[in-house]
Amino acid sequence: MAKITMREAISQALMEEMDRDPKVFIMGEEVGVWGGTYAVTKGFFDKYGAMRVKDTPIAENAIIGGAIGAAMVGQRPVAELMTINFGFSAMDYIVNQAPKLHYMFGGQFTLPLVIRAVGGGGRQLGATHSQTPDAIFAHFPGLKVVSPGTPEDAKGLLKSAIRSNDPILFIEHATMYQVRGEVPEGEYTIPIGKSKVQRAGKDVTIVTYCKGLELSMKAAEELSREGIEVEVVDLRTLRPLDMEPIIESFKKTNRAVVVEEGWKSYGIGSEIVSRIYEEAFDYVDAPIIRVAQKEVPLPYNRTLEQAALPQVADIVAAVKEVLK
Amino acid sequence: MKKEQQLDLYYQMVLIRRLEERGAELYQAGKIGGFMHLYIGQEAVSTGLIAAREPRDRVITAYRDHGVALNCGISANEVMAELLGKATGMSKGKGGSMHMADTSKNMWGGHAIVGGHLPIASGFAIGDQYAGNDNITICMFGDGATNIGYFHEALNIAKTWGLRVLWVCENNQYGMGTSVDRASAVTEIRQKAEGYGMKNGQVDGMDVLKVYDAAKDALKFVRENSQPYLLEIDTYRFRGHSMGDPERYRKAEEVKKWQENDPIGIFNKQLLEKKVATAKALDEIEVRVEEEVAKAVEFAEASPEPAMEELYTDIYCD
Repeated sequence: MAKITMREAISQALMEEMDRDPKVFIMGEEVGVWGGTYAVTKGFFDKYGAMRVKDTPIAENAIIGGAIGAAMVGQRPVAELMTINFGFSAMDYIVNQAPKLHYMFGGQFTLPLVIRAVGGGGRQLGATHSQTPDAIFAHFPGLKVVSPGTPEDAKGLLKSAIRSNDPILFIEHATMYQVRGEVPEGEYTIPIGKSKVQRAGKDVTIVTYCKGLELSMKAAEELSREGIEVEVVDLRTLRPLDMEPIIESFKKTNRAVVVEEGWKSYGIGSEIVSRIYEEAFDYVDAPIIRVAQKEVPLPYNRTLEQAALPQVADIVAAVKEVLK
Repeated sequence: MKKEQQLDLYYQMVLIRRLEERGAELYQAGKIGGFMHLYIGQEAVSTGLIAAREPRDRVITAYRDHGVALNCGISANEVMAELLGKATGMSKGKGGSMHMADTSKNMWGGHAIVGGHLPIASGFAIGDQYAGNDNITICMFGDGATNIGYFHEALNIAKTWGLRVLWVCENNQYGMGTSVDRASAVTEIRQKAEGYGMKNGQVDGMDVLKVYDAAKDALKFVRENSQPYLLEIDTYRFRGHSMGDPERYRKAEEVKKWQENDPIGIFNKQLLEKKVATAKALDEIEVRVEEEVAKAVEFAEASPEPAMEELYTDIYCD
């Protein structure tokens, strides 16, 4: 096992898949000569050239619509949204075209498209550049939504996404590119649509993903020092949602906290809690608590921004609350 | 153009007209649901245009797509079956009037978000350019689609990247009920191509042979230069925007004036005057079409509904 950063993991996945399959190419804003605004595709332009690493105009409809077209005719584009917030400009393509075309035309063609998008708050970018709108995208059947929380998962899931024949939104977190983690040596993939227990425990189940995983693992360590052992289940894929490890864990702990960075209303947590109640109501020993972003547009000021984002302390408090 | 091909174009135009007339009846009878947009009056546009393409050239269009589907070689049976939402339609009854495609015939839909398919057309050309293919993507859209942002992004990237797209604006004078001069900064749509430094042209869309010639020239330009081209084809729809259109926005005299320019009537007259065909031969085409349409209705009505399992089929590939 090698310890690498999230950035390196994603970069390795892209490079390995480009080397493996000549149909794979990258297109997006500043992915080429600039090297990617988060430096994920640094060096790619020199290695693969302008045809395989396409610098696009700042035109999200042309990027995502173009990638859909290229995918329909047999290529395997990886389109990059500099931030997921720019995805709103291409909303028609992400939710109204890519997830529908295969079905609406009776399965006449495949749509092997990956949209990489950087989301999340915490970088003082103001309200329009800091959102975690994952739940919106996960709402649409026909789209798959993946959002990893560790370098190992990021690499393995991105490789699977590129090999998949379905449109996949792959959400990365803006503050996690320096996160380091163990990654297996050599070739591996991780299946899309599988949740995973990232930490075993017996007292409370925490269900989370992406940035929430980083925070939840810290909370788990803190709680462990106080003798509380939480089990952390990482969704990894938001659609299709794999409830099995969650239900299995919940049947053991009978108590749960759901942690997400997005807003609480109509969120990922709302979905998870509903499903636990639907599938394991008899096992509920305490009301399930959601830890999520405050219901405000994210402010620029650092103190205010951090006050709006979920923190480790919020998770610790929530776990203690469900144990009362 | 050879006599046989001219007669074939005439046949295609009459087929579109008669099939849609039957379609309108079936719609009124409640057998066709949703929105249905008739191509009647515009038949010369796609008939001349598609006749000029190579089979390897891709076609993508908007929701007024029945005619384009037939011109691309999709059978009347399949078009009618899709209209009736039957399992034997080309999209298995899951697409309907606005979403007709058969990729084996290089007809890539039938897209119902105005302007939404333009960046996808650029994407086809991006894919073909990447693969080193020498085919062209023919993208058809209405005048209304040239006022939305998609149009700008698609044309800009096509010119910047040297994409092989023939952009075809079917200017039928109205975006739904709003006339071009009420919605567009310029009424000559081809002028919009100038802003992208894109070669462009304009042709009378009521004359199928003129459309054919203009399309041939435009396709030749795209193929030889690996550059996009915008062709404006001026036309008129004789029916409402869709089946539920009260037509308050245009005067009966205006519609009548255009109907005197019926593309089928014009072509009929040309064929007779140039002695390409006898009146008898043209009548025989009418009879042949009537039979074909009657059989298509019979086929569609007798076809099964999609199986319930289809509800959950083709959501994902993997």
